[in-house]
Amino acid sequence: MIEVIDAERCTACDICVNVCPTNVFDKTDGIPTIARQSDCQTCFLCELYCPEDALFVSPFADAPQAIDVAALKEAAVLGSYRRAVGWVDESCHLRAADRSYRLFGH
Amino acid sequence: MTKRYDRAEKLSSSAGSIVFDADVLVLGGGPAGTWAAISAAEHGARVVLADKGFCGTSGATAAAGTGVWYVDPVPEHREAAMAGREKLGGYLQDRRWMARVLDRTYAQSNQLADWGYPYPADEDGKPQRNSLQGPEYMRLMRKRTKQAGVTILDHSPALELLVDGNGVVAGAAGLRRQKGDRWAVNAKAVVIATGGCAFLSKTLGSNVLTGDGYLLAAEAGAEFTSMEFSNAYAISPAFGSVTKTLFYSWASFTDQQGSVIPGASSKGGRSVIARALRKGPVFAQLDEADAETQRHMRVSQPNFFLPFDRTGIDPFTQRFPITLRLEGTVRGTGGLRIVDDSCATTVPGLYAAGDAATRELICGGFTGGGSHNAAWAMSSGYWAGQGAAEFARQLGATVGRQAFRRGTIGLRSGNGRTLQGGALARSVQDEVFPYELNYFREAGRLGESLNRLDGLWSEASHAASPDEQELLRAREAAAMLATARWMYRSALARQESRGMHRRDDYPEQDDRYRHYVTSGGLDDVWTSARPLVWAQYSEAAE
Ligand SMILES: Cc1cc2nc3c(=O)[nH]c(=O)nc-3n(C[C@H](O)[C@H](O)[C@H](O)COP(=O)(O)OP(=O)(O)OC[C@H]3O[C@@H](n4cnc5c(N)ncnc54)[C@H](O)[C@@H]3O)c2cc1C
Ligand code: SF4
Ligand code: SF4
Repeated sequence: MIEVIDAERCTACDICVNVCPTNVFDKTDGIPTIARQSDCQTCFLCELYCPEDALFVSPFADAPQAIDVAALKEAAVLGSYRRAVGWVDESCHLRAADRSYRLFGH
Repeated sequence: MTKRYDRAEKLSSSAGSIVFDADVLVLGGGPAGTWAAISAAEHGARVVLADKGFCGTSGATAAAGTGVWYVDPVPEHREAAMAGREKLGGYLQDRRWMARVLDRTYAQSNQLADWGYPYPADEDGKPQRNSLQGPEYMRLMRKRTKQAGVTILDHSPALELLVDGNGVVAGAAGLRRQKGDRWAVNAKAVVIATGGCAFLSKTLGSNVLTGDGYLLAAEAGAEFTSMEFSNAYAISPAFGSVTKTLFYSWASFTDQQGSVIPGASSKGGRSVIARALRKGPVFAQLDEADAETQRHMRVSQPNFFLPFDRTGIDPFTQRFPITLRLEGTVRGTGGLRIVDDSCATTVPGLYAAGDAATRELICGGFTGGGSHNAAWAMSSGYWAGQGAAEFARQLGATVGRQAFRRGTIGLRSGNGRTLQGGALARSVQDEVFPYELNYFREAGRLGESLNRLDGLWSEASHAASPDEQELLRAREAAAMLATARWMYRSALARQESRGMHRRDDYPEQDDRYRHYVTSGGLDDVWTSARPLVWAQYSEAAE
């Protein structure tokens, strides 16, 4: 589930509020809040759309987890999914790197 | 030539509600809904698309990504593609529909390439179009939907259909969650593309898929078919949501002690995993993937690795606990019954596409993995949008037409307690999650479960409508409940095992049941057998 909006990075653009399919976030005067964490479906899509790498979705779908944000930043986990799908300049070649055709029919 | 599209008209925007006038209203903005909206607009309709979540991220495809049943138009390849799955689907497919879906999917995929979808090319430079990255695909579909002049309402779940005095669908009404008000769209035709029902199991991207479209279509009198093929369960790490199953073809499955579970496998041995999970934890490890395969996996499904990378598990060298999450009709084949080549339902003016519609025509009684659902979503979306636009055109002016709200359960004041969506949803899950009820079916257990589900229905239908905040949850739970009752009633009617439907008391496939099971009804759920007579479908209006 969604665990972190990093206040140091978030620019309050509200993109995550718009794109979350299950309406987990709420707008505020400042940075959004995680208003309905238990509605989170662990789809990781808010992370993909956050332009500031300010969000962290824990892979645990059924229960909240304690998170060490400093360690996540240190290990460059924030933004790692965006880099993996090629949604940042440095890795945009990965958008067309799908090798499923080599894997189907195994 | 740039094409001009007419937009749907905003009629009023008084406090508390917003009203649009459109030719075609599409409910749901996954692949089926966006293809339907674009197709309706291209066929001259003014279109509104309403999605419960955000069109572009919502639904199963956006989060998961899909293989696509894309086959080059080489006769032998097409023949093999059709023949290859007939046994698995229990010989309920229809060759004519398979052929037209293969044609349409080929055309739509090539359209995606023209629109700039970044398909990869193989070593010989040949483009490969049988896989779509979910976020990439649906981001593009949102953009093209907007460019087609479609008005998109995000975070706007439909709650009920509007129907005129002659029983013709006249639009729909719903909530705008982030505005705290209501929407209504007067439309000449409606496409239901709200996806399947995965019962809030947290299978990837699917918690928005609670069967809402089934419920509101049933309230207008629509019928269902193949609802017994609704017990798809997908493998995921026990703690996680990523139910991507392809890579488990390279896995070994072991028990607590580390002993290999005989017969357990992702394909053809998943029921063995279900049985083992009833006894204790089951572990997987993708130990059959060599280094090159591992590299291909990484770039092909980055989302598959999130649960592992974020917990420090190496899935190739370490065992990790797995579970099976129910996907219901999302990777089942049941859904709204369609009656002609334009994906019309039995209700005039109402069309169905994608997982909301049955996939029996191309998959019979089994889908699971295998790319057919994605092919169906783009094909049926295209046809339903075209059919709806044509219906709207023929209907002509509808000025002064009266529209009536058809919503029932959860929307009308009752004399019982207030409908509690959360509690009701959990009660339904208790009936559909357990493997011994849904995976392995048997008359006695199905009957008892149906008694409990019918009891829940009768209680819920007398309950009072909850307040605005809880309304969506209540309608979702009611839709799950209705879906479960069509599923189990249909499962009782099919006294054999076929496709994904497996009966402990009738373990064999039985030729007398080589027909479809139609179902419907709300207070009284009914089923009937329907023969595989393809002549009943009229020729394409294309
Ligand atoms: C993990 C996973 C992997 C899959 N892999 C494959 C694969 O490899 N190949 C394949 O062919 N298929 C696959 N599928 C199935 C495939 O994803 C679906 O068949 C496909 O997404 C169906 O498209 P759709 O548009 O009908 O539904 P969806 O993509 O589910 O979209 C439905 C939309 O309807 C909206 N909605 C729901 N209720 C309402 C309401 N009340 N009002 C308004 N909008 C509403 C939702 O928000 C959502 O946006 C997979 C599914 C899953 C879950
Ligand atoms: S998308 Fe990222 S930067 Fe924008 S509001 Fe959300 S967390 Fe902040
Ligand atoms: S993971 Fe998905 S459901 Fe959860 S907050 Fe992010 S976008 Fe919303």
